[in-house]
Amino acid sequence: MSHGASDAVSVSRFVLEKRLGKTKGDVHILPSPIDALRAACVRCSAPISPSVSVRRFRDARLKLHESPLIEKLKRPRLQVAPSGLPRDQRMDKTTMARPKPRLLQGNEAIGLGALAAGCNFFAGYPITPSSEIVEFMSRELPCNGDPFIQMEDEIASLGACIGASLAGRKAMTATSGPGFSLMQENLGFACIAEVPVVVVDVMRAGPSTGMPTNVAQGDVQQARWGTHGDHPAIVLCPSTVAECFDLTVTAFNHAERFRTPVILLLDEVVAHMREKVTLPAPETIEVIDRRRPTVPPDWYIPYKTDASLVPQLADLGDGYRYHVTGLVHDHRGFPTRRPDEVEPFYARLFSKISRNFGELERVQLDRSDDADIILIAYGCTARSARAAVRLGRERGLKVGLIQISSLWPFPRRSVENALSGKRFALVPELNMGQVRREVLRVNNGRSIILGLSKMDGSMITPDDILRRLAEVA
Amino acid sequence: MSQVHRSVVYEWLRHDKKFPHVWCPGCGLGIVLGSLVRSLVKSGLDRNDVVLVSGIGCSGRLPVYVDVGSVHTTHGRALTFATGIKLSKPELAVVVVMGDGDATAIGGNHLIHAARRNLDLTAIIVNNQTYGMTGGQYSPTTPLGSRATTAVYGHIEPAFDISALTATAGAAFVGRATVYHVVQMDHMFLRALQKPGFAVVEVLSPCPTNFGRQNVLGSPVDMMRDLKHRAVPVERWNAMTEEDREGRYPIGVLVDRELPRYLESFRTSCEIAARLRKEGKA
Repeated sequence: MSHGASDAVSVSRFVLEKRLGKTKGDVHILPSPIDALRAACVRCSAPISPSVSVRRFRDARLKLHESPLIEKLKRPRLQVAPSGLPRDQRMDKTTMARPKPRLLQGNEAIGLGALAAGCNFFAGYPITPSSEIVEFMSRELPCNGDPFIQMEDEIASLGACIGASLAGRKAMTATSGPGFSLMQENLGFACIAEVPVVVVDVMRAGPSTGMPTNVAQGDVQQARWGTHGDHPAIVLCPSTVAECFDLTVTAFNHAERFRTPVILLLDEVVAHMREKVTLPAPETIEVIDRRRPTVPPDWYIPYKTDASLVPQLADLGDGYRYHVTGLVHDHRGFPTRRPDEVEPFYARLFSKISRNFGELERVQLDRSDDADIILIAYGCTARSARAAVRLGRERGLKVGLIQISSLWPFPRRSVENALSGKRFALVPELNMGQVRREVLRVNNGRSIILGLSKMDGSMITPDDILRRLAEVA
Repeated sequence: MSQVHRSVVYEWLRHDKKFPHVWCPGCGLGIVLGSLVRSLVKSGLDRNDVVLVSGIGCSGRLPVYVDVGSVHTTHGRALTFATGIKLSKPELAVVVVMGDGDATAIGGNHLIHAARRNLDLTAIIVNNQTYGMTGGQYSPTTPLGSRATTAVYGHIEPAFDISALTATAGAAFVGRATVYHVVQMDHMFLRALQKPGFAVVEVLSPCPTNFGRQNVLGSPVDMMRDLKHRAVPVERWNAMTEEDREGRYPIGVLVDRELPRYLESFRTSCEIAARLRKEGKA
């Protein structure tokens, strides 16, 4: 069909005339304008390309204004979200409700996940490879009247987030290795003062400036032990863009539920990769909010807890005048050094997390049941490991995978189960063995633990894993 | 400024487990505490609408004594926490209490950026010219040639002028007071609390235990006398010659100006964003 828009019009007129004997009249007997076009195409022996035809038909509709056909053409079009963002980035109820696949970047999915979880405060400082998150939030939050601020450094960013969280907001910041190092100080404050906050660390090759645009997984142990003093830590690590969204929501929920900072550890590949993702409908997303005091201000004892071990948190300025400090404090929030107050404080700080180890475990198994070789991987490396499982199986290797999405607390029970009865386990990672160290810790003779470390700024490929398996199998 | 009755001040203090306070005899921080509470009462603010934020050091312990929302943050970072609180709840009066080391050394970057942003915060910087809590090491405001536990041969760095620094960085209000001139300090705090935009009050305060002892400045009373003699009202200061200014400093309102305020700009920005979003352009 070589004709243009005007031809399309003439074709449809031709059909109408042929079928109805006249152009104007009982057009309503036509099932739809598209069918009219199709019929026309068939009659003219033209190749049928409905999308092209429809487009041409629509282009021509101005010329059709005198025809009753126009009524048919005025069918409601797909509702367009009131947003200038590219179609796949729009974030509001209309688009969220549509379970439609979208092409999303990992960093964008983090931003969308944060908004879905109720994030209404963001303070950040630009740093490769996490800057897209800062940019996304700077675009989205002011539209709802929520604060976004670019601070003078990462220390200030996390400080502002903690302040905002104390004032009742759900706060997040995002950074990469060098900024994450700066944040360790205030991360400790959020731990001891029990302030919910989400920190995204997109790992790049380090130490120091390292290779800002290259992938690495060197911050795994830093995320656990980075801030000084012994403390619990919750660290989540996605390996797909869809998981970026899910785990961001989970991170906020954990932060609010346990009153603790939660770290979302990405690597550069997952942060920058684009994938087709179908986001869940908003009504299906579970969002947890912190428990606020139910007693009148006079009765409120800020750090007094019930069986949950997580104290209720009042918003600053809501009539509950309490003290927040980075010093070890008693249940009223006031500094203390009395051993009989300090000891229970630390015990509770750890128990509120450790008693929920089971619930915090997030792993995905891939053909691990009948495997005699188990791969243990996380982040972008888990993607290669998944491919290696498939390719290995094709070559007759009985390989399985346990992908770790909750790095800390280390999912001990799942890893122990996965290790049992395996000939050996291979831990591929983009560092010198930071998770392998943990696997060795929980192994207790269950299996032989081997590592595959790569530190050249590139990903571990499925081939790398298969070659290593060939060496040792 | 009319008198604020002691009983009202008493009501604003916390009495469960908190007194006596941690400060040394002769320290000026207790006077700053009293002055701050009187100014808060005088300003007519509701206790529930005030948040006191502090950093680390002797001054960092101040908020815990006041029965308002109080946040004792990390060293030098008080202004960043305060920024988060103020942005989240603009209706709150957020007062930040810092020391000289806290505000100008480890928190120097936050101080100049908070001043530049001109967010509605009240910053009180208690300048005792030393790190008191850690034992009298030199701070960015320790005078050249004086002694500190880390400058036993005499301090070799020039000192920061906190008021000049914050004025240059863009603060809307800068005042300087001393703990000797208490009535003026009350007045200065009240002005700062009422000023829209970033308001700084530098308070000169003695540290007889560390700075005074190492520099043989005598008793706390002698150090108070020293404050009295060195401080010159800014009106008189402006008429003084360079020679007369030697060893002295102006007190009073040094800067009071109208500048674009962060919160107003932010509100405008949100309105633009919401409109563009509605029109499908953002």
